[in-house]
Formats: sequence, structure tokens, C-alpha cells
Amino acid sequence: MSIQKLNKIVCYTILILLSILCLFSFYLLIVNSTRVHSQIQKGFSFLLGGNFKANLNNVLNNKDLPVIKGIINSLIVSAATAALATYFSVLTAFSIHTYDFKYKKLAFTFIMMIMMIPPQVYALGFVRWMGKLNLMDSLIPLFLPSVASPIVFYFMLSYMQSNLPKAVVEAARMDGASEFRTFNQIVIPIMKPAIAVQAIFTFVSAWNNYFIPSLIIRSAENKTLPILVAQLRSADYLKFDMGQVYMLVFLAIIPIIIIYIILSKYIVRGVAVGSVKE
Amino acid sequence: MKKFKSIIALTLVLIMTLSLIACESNEVVTEPEPEDSTEEVPESEPEAEPEVETEAGKVLNIWGWNNEFQGLFETYFEGKGLVPEGVEVKFTIVPNDDNAYQNALDEALLSQENASDDEKIDLFLIEADYALKYVDTDYTLDIVNDVGLTSEDISGQYKYTQEIVTDSNGSIKATSWQATPGLFAYRRSIAKDVLGTDDPTEVQEALSTWDEFYNIAEMSSAKGYKMLSGFDDSYRTFSNNVSAPWVDSDNTIIIDDNILNWIEQTKSFTDKGYNNKTSLWDDQWASDQGPAGKVFGFFYSTWGINFTLLGNALDTPLPEGVSATGDPAAFEAATTGNGIFGDYAVCYGPQNYYWGGSWLCAAAGSDNLDLVKEIMKTMTCDKDTLTTITKDTQDFTNNIEAMEALATDDSFASAFLGGQNHINLFAESAKGIDMSNISPYDQGMNEEIQTAFRDYFNDTVDYDTALDNFYTAVIEKYPELKRPE
Amino acid sequence: MKTLTKKNNKSISYAKWGYIFLIPFFTIYIVFSLVPIVSTIYYSFFENYMSGLKQIGPSFIGLENYKSILFESDLPKYAFNTLFIWIIGFIPQIVVSMTLAIWFTNMRLKLKFTSFFKTVIYMPNLIMAAAFAMLFWALFSDIGPINNLLIALGYEPYSFMLEIKGTRGLIALMNFLMWFGNTTILLMAGIMGIDSSIFEAAQIDGANAWQTFWHVTIPSIKPILVYVFLTSLIGGIQMFDVPQILTNGSGGPNRTSMTMIMFLNKHLFSKNYGMAGALSVILFIVTAILSVIIYNNLTEKDSNLSNTSIKTKGGAK
Repeated sequence: MSIQKLNKIVCYTILILLSILCLFSFYLLIVNSTRVHSQIQKGFSFLLGGNFKANLNNVLNNKDLPVIKGIINSLIVSAATAALATYFSVLTAFSIHTYDFKYKKLAFTFIMMIMMIPPQVYALGFVRWMGKLNLMDSLIPLFLPSVASPIVFYFMLSYMQSNLPKAVVEAARMDGASEFRTFNQIVIPIMKPAIAVQAIFTFVSAWNNYFIPSLIIRSAENKTLPILVAQLRSADYLKFDMGQVYMLVFLAIIPIIIIYIILSKYIVRGVAVGSVKE
Repeated sequence: MKKFKSIIALTLVLIMTLSLIACESNEVVTEPEPEDSTEEVPESEPEAEPEVETEAGKVLNIWGWNNEFQGLFETYFEGKGLVPEGVEVKFTIVPNDDNAYQNALDEALLSQENASDDEKIDLFLIEADYALKYVDTDYTLDIVNDVGLTSEDISGQYKYTQEIVTDSNGSIKATSWQATPGLFAYRRSIAKDVLGTDDPTEVQEALSTWDEFYNIAEMSSAKGYKMLSGFDDSYRTFSNNVSAPWVDSDNTIIIDDNILNWIEQTKSFTDKGYNNKTSLWDDQWASDQGPAGKVFGFFYSTWGINFTLLGNALDTPLPEGVSATGDPAAFEAATTGNGIFGDYAVCYGPQNYYWGGSWLCAAAGSDNLDLVKEIMKTMTCDKDTLTTITKDTQDFTNNIEAMEALATDDSFASAFLGGQNHINLFAESAKGIDMSNISPYDQGMNEEIQTAFRDYFNDTVDYDTALDNFYTAVIEKYPELKRPE
Repeated sequence: MKTLTKKNNKSISYAKWGYIFLIPFFTIYIVFSLVPIVSTIYYSFFENYMSGLKQIGPSFIGLENYKSILFESDLPKYAFNTLFIWIIGFIPQIVVSMTLAIWFTNMRLKLKFTSFFKTVIYMPNLIMAAAFAMLFWALFSDIGPINNLLIALGYEPYSFMLEIKGTRGLIALMNFLMWFGNTTILLMAGIMGIDSSIFEAAQIDGANAWQTFWHVTIPSIKPILVYVFLTSLIGGIQMFDVPQILTNGSGGPNRTSMTMIMFLNKHLFSKNYGMAGALSVILFIVTAILSVIIYNNLTEKDSNLSNTSIKTKGGAK
């Protein structure tokens, strides 16, 4: 009993310390979003400033800064990325996991190889290519390529290897279900925890992605949040205001925290659904 | 069964088609981008333009990296009803981070020829450090011979603002509404303590050469002050006074003697503790400008003094809505006794220099040349407009006559500078700036030499390693350049 | 298991579904990524960059770009920087994440507030890397709270950004903070997927916690572990955002925190398709070799343990 208690104390201490470490950056963010530009410039303080409302108003009323539109664009891009990346990665993984076909090994090896190519490598070629496809200044190149997400695919495959016995698929076939039906109604539910995990990851990385959008998006109505943050950061001396920058970063985090909390419930719930084990 | 086979077949066809497009696209990329047909474009374009103008040009496209010009344009051009009926002005703002602005602008300019009229860039903004990259090409138009400003129109501008944007054939390819001469802003209280006077004329005399500047640094140090805050504070004063461009005709990098002087001076300042080892814009640097600072002075240009420096000098920030250009009574109430407001003064410093500024370029292929000309004329040449901008924003504008009128206007004294009329000093300083030795590589050179030598000042590496790192870094950015033998 | 697989092999009619389900992935990949990648590789044999707005090349120069990257640049130094910073961030990351994942999934421990902790540890990943780096910059600056604390405790102030250890340490710390929550979630998902009856069986056999961990948990989540390790390695090799923003792109001091992708990014300034292409190909080969070694070491050995035939069939050999 006492060992159990000691264990618990150790656990809680470590967890609390880590939580403080994690929350600390949020605290810093909130503090900075309540301070005036010149205060932020002159160094850090732990005390909240009195400028929260003013910063908020400045960000929301900045006519060159379509914040609401930015949030909507970011939501569209991130949600589409998360949905496409997870659904099609499960589909791709399902193909490799379940079926036996001639070029399976080749396909698998190919996907594993392209996983290692850093996106910066072909960024400029990508931008020029999008120009030729007439997709510049469009949201499509920001989410459609995620149908082919090698890393998400690899995760789904790894997860299937431990959690999707082929007997399940066999059983569905016995019941006369078509392959599509089996996939959508049997495989997808089993994969829910993995989908939730990767949905969070892909959503977050799309939400915070600056590099590719900065090269593709031009017009104000298509800008995503990270571009707006960068725009605030390169404001001219008259309007340069770190208070607004932090406020916008703070605003940008709220939707994603909500989505994170919603999705993280699915991780737990999905496990409870369970599946037939071998 | 058959259905699936046909789907597969279709997909294969699709993939093959796409790969064909891909191959074709590769070929397109292979094709050399617009050749340096140095004369062709500017000569043909402007002649052809005026005729088409009446029908084309429904959308005026202006590109920039922030909203500074947009704000001015909306107030002093669009707001005055100067945009013709039926023309839509569209600003495209691409932020600077990661060089995104230039990347996007380059792509757009390169495909300008094939863009539809409504998408063609008409005007775009550039900064001095990379001005020649755009100016010395056929993608920008000569503001006199192509756009149609007269030499009389631009005669009122400060000469250096034209030198920066003069191409290798001697044509002026851009124009600016602002001039950004720099001064040395010093703490009156510290000057009194060290020199026994805070009078700008006397302080200027005391530090009018670098040798004297060095002596004052020594004296300040003896009294517990730092002369400068960071490594790069004085950089612009040296780099603006070089005797040759960064790169010679043979594409070899040349480090000018004056840059070497900066390295030598900064190293010796750092070793002797005359500076605070900060870098521009970091929090220690900003804090050094405030009440807790013990730094003699800062090199700052027009935009820096009444905004950045003023903000940093205060103990409690200005309340919402209060500014130097707003309600004077509220401004006075908010600043009196606040931090070290009133303790700064400005003098010329050892050398004339400028820091910052934005220029307007007319893009080749613009379908709105008449309007572009009107914008350039009103926003960068018109004395009345520029006087109003200075009065409204305290920005220093690019009209000698207007600025000299304000220089003698006592109502223009700055309370922040203890009653000095800074416009007077700026106007004087701006005339002495010589930027004939600018190069298209300045942006990379300035950034990389400061970065590389920070390690040397800080004793992380020796001189030769820092120099080597500098060459490596700039050749990464500009592969055509060579190290000196 | 083997028999099941064989049965599938015989039923030829199902094989086409394997292809059909691969169509979306490959179509999109070819349309959006393969084209630029192939041109990147193609141009690695050319001198091809922009001097301002002027296109230089493309002119074929064979392996010159490869030669100059391999023998004339400091690539080995940047490779060392990258791996060094990755390792000092990854070791605490995997240890902490594994510990937390086990705690969170251990029903016997009866930890309370786990959903709070689970939520919190992932949160640093929600902040944009740029903003995160800005905050750390303020925190560890010469007049930042950390230095104030050092001074208050009687230590000398430490210029983190001017010191090699300080800069590398900060990057590793930020990587750790940003990613340990992510790894914890992955491992948790893996552990939660394990059939609870296996744990029960182990319990009945009298295995203690340590034995259960090594003999039940680890083998069961091996695919996920390999995934975590591989993707973290790949992410490490692709490390860019954090050091780029923290050092303002300089990779300072003395280029000791310049990562390989930062080096690559330098060539994108001049749109140097030639050098960037060559560097990309080299990076790709290095990553591929490392990944194959790791993948084989971690999976081949116990492939008979695994419950599917994919690893032996599809694994890169």
C-alpha cells in the first residue's frame, strides 16, 4: 500500500512538473498578449499587463488583417487535411495490409522511400508547378496533396499490424459485404483511435503551417492564420506591435485547443469499442 | 469486373497523361526565363502602352510586404478621389518572413508576360538593400522615360533616394515618398555627466569623427556608461560610406575598408566593454534605450526616433489612442515625467548615413501606366502631399523644399528631444548621403557580415573563421560570387 | 496466420482491390509531389539558379553539384549538428513519453486527472513554431527571467544565444517540449490497442511490472515503436523551424546549430535548383540508408513474433 502511495506521489510530482513546463509557454503567451508593444520589447515580465482588451480590439479591428476569414480558411484547410490524410491513409494502408498483389512490395517500398523526402526539397518546384496547374492563390494545394501522406499511412499500417486481424476482414467477406463496405463499416471503426491520433497531428501541423502557404497564397481573402501572424510581424514601424502579434497567436490557439479536446475523447472512446482479437 | 478493369485502365491513362504534362512542364522550366534583352522590353512596352490604356487597366495591382504604403495611398490618393471611376485598386501583401515576399514577387514578375491584364502587377514596393535586384532589370520601368514623370517632377527629391534606384544605364527606376537619413540620438543626462554639456552643437563637435567618438566611449566607460548598446548599432554609418560596391565587375566579393573599420571598432569596443553586446531589436537593446539604460546613444533614422526610441524611453507605455501625432494635450499629459522622455537629443554623429525606406517601382507590362504615373507624382513628388504626410505622421518625406520649410518651423520642435527640431538635422544630413556604391547584393552582405562577425566579437571564433563563415554564407545566397584570391 | 495469407493469395479476385485502394494515394502523389521531385532530381545535374531575377543556366554539369556539396561544403558539420541536437532531444523524449504512456494506461495505478495531464502535455505542439521560438527567445534572453533567476541564485548570467551549448540545448529543449506529448499519445494509442487479456495472462503467470513491460508491452507495440523511432529520426533530419527561427536563420554561433535543412534552405534564397537538388538527393540517400538499417534491426529479428506477414513481405530489405 505504502509503495503504491509512494509510486503515486512520484507520478504526480513528475506529471505536475511537466505540466507546468508545458503550460508555462501558454502563460507567457497570455502575459504577452496583455502587454503593450514597448513593454514586450523591453523584456519579459511575469505580471499580466492591462492591455488585453486593447490588443484584442486592435487585432479584430485591423482592417488589413482579416482575422475571422483567416480562422475560417485555416479551419477549412486543416479540417480537409485531417480528413483526407486520415481517410486515404487508412485506405492505402488497408490495401497494403489486406491484399496480396504483384506490386505490393514495390508500392510499400515506394511509399516508405518518399516518406523521407523533406518538403523543403521540392517547395520551389511545387510552387512553379502549382502556377502551371493554375492553382496559385488557392486553398486546394494546401490540403489536397495530403491524400498522399506517407507518414500517416505508415502509422495506420503499423496500427493495423497490431490491431486489425485479417480474420475480421475474412468474417466480413463471409457475410457478403463488399470490399468498400467492409472498409467503411468495419475497418474505419476499428481504426478510430489511430484516426483520431493522426487527425489531431495532421490538423495541428496544417493549422500551423507557414512555409508552403506563404508561397502559394497572395490575396487577403485566402490567407491562413500563420500568414497573418507573419504579416503582423513584418508590419512597418508605425504599426509594428508585438502585443497584437501575441494576441493573434493566442487567438489562433483557441480553436485548435477545442478541436484537440474533442478529438482526444475519441482516442479513449475508440479503444472502448474494441475489436475482435486473434 | 469489367467496370473495375475500365476504372484501372482509365486511371492508368490519367497517370500517363499527367506524367506527360509533367515532362512538358519540365521543358517549360528548362526554357531560359526572360533573357536579358536589355533594351527590348523597356523600349517597346512604353510605346505600346499608352494606346491600349483606355480599354485595359480595370484592376491596379500593387504589391508590398506590409500595409505602410497602402495606408498612405488610401489617405492621400484614393481618399482624395484620385482613383478614376471603374478602376479597382488591389493590394497584395506578402509578409517578409523567410524571404516570402521576394519569392512571391519574383514568381509573379517572371510570369507577368502571360498573366491576364487584371493580374499583372502595376506597382510594387522594394527596400534599398535589394533594390538593384529589381531596378537593374527589364522588369521595372524607367520612371522618367517610360512612366512619364518629368525630371522637374523628381528634382525636389533627395539625391541619395534616386542613387539607390539608378540602374547600370543611369536610368532612375523607382521613386520613394520618404527619405530616411540617420542621426545619433544621445542621452542628455549622460552627455552632461561625461562631457559637461548636453548641447547638440557641442556634443556633435565632440564626436564628429570616429577618433573623437572613440575618445568619448573611453570617457563614458570610465564613468560607468556604455557608448553603444550592440555590435551592429554603428554598422549602417560605416556600410553607407564605402568607397566601392560589395562586388567588383569580376563577381569577386570585396570587403571595403570602411566595413573593416566597423569590424575593428566594434571588436575593440566589445573587448573594452564600451558596448553591451546586444543585437539590433533584441530585448536588452530595447531596454538599454529606456530608463534603466546606461548607454550614451543610439544610431537611429527618421522612423526610429519618434516611434521606436520614444516608446522604449517611457516607463509606462502611452495609453491607447495617444500618440505624438494625436491630441497634443493628452500626449503631453502621458509623457511628462514618464521614464526618460525629454532626455534624448540628436546630433549628426561621425558620418552621414541612412537606414530603411521603401521605394515604388512601376512593373514592366503594367496596363495602368497613366495611373501609375499619377500615383508616383502625387505620392512621391508633390510638395503639398509630402508636407501633409510629414505633418500628420512625423515621417520624414522625400521633398527637399518641403522639409527645409519645416526645418525652420519652430512649431515642429520635438518635446521628446527636449525641444529640438529634428527635421532640421534630418534635412541637413539627408543632403550629405552618398549611395552611389550600392550593389544588388547588399541585403545578403549586410545580414551575413553582421551574423558572421557577431561570433568574432563575442570571442566564439577567430577573425579568419568569421571571415570564412561570411564568404560561405554569401556564396550560398549568391552562387555567382567568388571569394577574393 | 500463414494459412490465412495463403488463402488470400489464392483468391485472385481480391487482388484488384489492392490496386484500386492505392489509386487515390498514387494519383495525388504523382500530380502534386512527384513532378516537382523528379524535376528537383533532374536539376541536381545542372547549374541552375537565379542571380536576382536572371536565370543562370540550366546548363548540364554532371556531378559538379554533388562534388561541391560533398567535398567543398561543411555538410558533415551540419549533419553532425543535426544528429547531435536530435539525439539530445530524443533520448529524454522517448524515456519521458514511454513512462507517461505506461502511467496513463495503467489501470492499477488509478491516477486521477489523467485527461487533464494528457491534454496539457500535447499543448506546446499547438503553438506555432515561430511563436514558440519567440517566447523562448524572450525567456532565455540576457535580461530574460531565466537569467534573472541565475543572478538571483548567485550565478553568472549566461548568454544562451551566444554560446554553442546554450543554443543547441535550447533547440533540443524546445523539440522535446513540442514533441514529447505527441509521442506519448502515439505510444498510448499503441498500448491501449493491446488486448487486455494478454496483460491478464501475464498477471496470472506472476509477471511483475518490469517483466510485463519488457515481455508484453514492448513486443506488442513494436510496430508503433518503430514508427515513433523512424518518424522522429526523419523529423530530426528534417529539423528546420525551431533552429531557423531561434537563430534567425544564421545557425549561429559559428554555424554550430545549422541543420541540414537550414543549409538546404540557404540555397533556396537564390532558387539554386542545382545545389538544392543535389543536397536533397544526398539527404534522401542518407535518410533512406539510416531508415533501412533501423527498420531492419527493429523488425526483422522478431518477424516471426509479429502477427502479420507484411513486415517480412513488404519491409525494405
